[in-house]
Amino acid sequence: MIKLEHISKTFEQNKNIIHALKDISLHVPEGKIYGVIGKSGAGKSTLIRCVNLLEKPTSGKIFFDNQDITHLSNRKLIEVRRKISMIFQHFNLLSSRTVFDNIAFPLELNKTPKAIIKQKVNELIDLVGLSEKANVYPANLSGGQKQRVAIARALASDPKVLLCDEATSALDPETTRSILELLKDINQKLGLTILLITHEMDVVKQICDQVAVISNGELVEQSSVGEMFSHAKTDIARQFIQSTLHLTIPDDYLARLIPEHKEGLNPLVRMEFTGVSVDLPLLSQIAKEFEVDSNIISAQMDYAGGVKFGLMLTEMKGKQKSTASAIAFLEKNNTKVEVLGYV
Amino acid sequence: MSDFLPSFEPFESLFRYLAKHSFWADFVTFCSSFNGFNEAMLFKMAQATDETIYMVILSGFWGTIIGLPIGILLYTTRKGQILDSYIANNVISFVTNVFRSIPFIILIVWIIPFTTILMGTFIGKQAAIVPLSIGVSPLIARMIENALLDVPKGLIEASRSMGATPLQIVYKVLLPEALPVIVNSMTITLITLTGYIAMAGAVGAGGLGQLAIQYGYNGYKPAIMNTVLVILIIIVFIIQFIGNTIVKRVTHY
Repeated sequence: MIKLEHISKTFEQNKNIIHALKDISLHVPEGKIYGVIGKSGAGKSTLIRCVNLLEKPTSGKIFFDNQDITHLSNRKLIEVRRKISMIFQHFNLLSSRTVFDNIAFPLELNKTPKAIIKQKVNELIDLVGLSEKANVYPANLSGGQKQRVAIARALASDPKVLLCDEATSALDPETTRSILELLKDINQKLGLTILLITHEMDVVKQICDQVAVISNGELVEQSSVGEMFSHAKTDIARQFIQSTLHLTIPDDYLARLIPEHKEGLNPLVRMEFTGVSVDLPLLSQIAKEFEVDSNIISAQMDYAGGVKFGLMLTEMKGKQKSTASAIAFLEKNNTKVEVLGYV
Repeated sequence: MSDFLPSFEPFESLFRYLAKHSFWADFVTFCSSFNGFNEAMLFKMAQATDETIYMVILSGFWGTIIGLPIGILLYTTRKGQILDSYIANNVISFVTNVFRSIPFIILIVWIIPFTTILMGTFIGKQAAIVPLSIGVSPLIARMIENALLDVPKGLIEASRSMGATPLQIVYKVLLPEALPVIVNSMTITLITLTGYIAMAGAVGAGGLGQLAIQYGYNGYKPAIMNTVLVILIIIVFIIQFIGNTIVKRVTHY
């Protein structure tokens, strides 16, 4: 549906040349939800603005529906943009218009007849669950409601693609979840292709089919979400995955933790289970084979893109030699083990 | 050219109507107790008030007709804006600054030849509308530009993403979103204009300014001068009140 080929974008700022995007190629298949994740300043905002040419790429090509749209005339570009809708972090609703009129806005731009606008807008207001707020001004809506209006407005022109620019970053976790559910819902009901950018792995985990990681203007990794969570290749991808798991060492352990081994101390180990290792009974295996008992301090398992993954913090109780071979055994079974210290 | 302009004399008509009643004689007697007042002066005062209001409305109107597009161009030709043009922005900005620098009292005299061509004369309330409109339009332009600068950039981006043309962005997004600020600025402009008009009175435009100078100052009749001041203050208060009321109605945040 959307294909970027070798997109580069440079900005000139006070005679310094900034490479915002470097040779980025990606393909968003029809009907899928594609997530681009990156830290702030990684170039993701520039990337999503290149898709509907709010920013002109310095080089490279953009295909929409198999049509090269990189060098369209302004008039043609306006037509294409009506098929590629966009929602924003700060909603960008018109404060001088009511909810109804905001949703009607893209239809007005299109010179759609009044009767059709009325019918269409009412359908959309129902779809996003704001039937009672039709004549309210945006100033009197909550953040989540504003984003719902923005989504309805984006859907008004019957787009094929929806671009989401950090659409949930200004919302609280509860509202974020409901907005993501709405997006997933319209993706399934209307078959709408969604390209979203975010800095939160939770968003990707919850709704994306495919994911790409962007760092310093480069696309460092892209795969299906399940693949990413089970076999992340780059450190930055692993960092994002870990950010969705909140594992901290309890204070009393932290106080006792020393970096070097001493007689009578046990290693404190962080284990990262991904892919196949999640389903293996590894802890009981090391208990049986190496006589190493695991005292689980904290653990978290999660599910994304059809793949389970998890983190676990344990104290390994056993002889020094047997704990070492237990760790080797775990590593052999696709578990990433890190000895944090000794307690 | 000046013939097509409508006649505007609400207060004069009101006084003529009141003059038919019995209490009018008492009122005239009361007013005549102040130095310089008599029935003829009362009518002059009504007429001058009419002229001032007439000039405020018409020069405000023409000033906006000239100033609004200039203000929109000043904003839209800025760097990164929808009609980004370095040259156009600098030329328009330069001309606006030049006209803003000319003191109003000098502008009136300076453009007399132009006024004469346009209106056939340079004396009277209708002729005064020419320098007034030209004098106030750069102020309006800058105020419009300022008001548009307050519109969040994200709204323009969102409109572009929806396929809005530059013209649609101007009249469907920028102007409606900036409306409360624009109305507020227009109130300030009209009040400034009331001051300009009093000045224009000194060089033959008519209106309350001329009355105050001619009878109050030159004829040394403080009562007339003070009455004119009170009327001007009332006019300013009314403009401010109307402005505030409209702002309240069009503000939705």
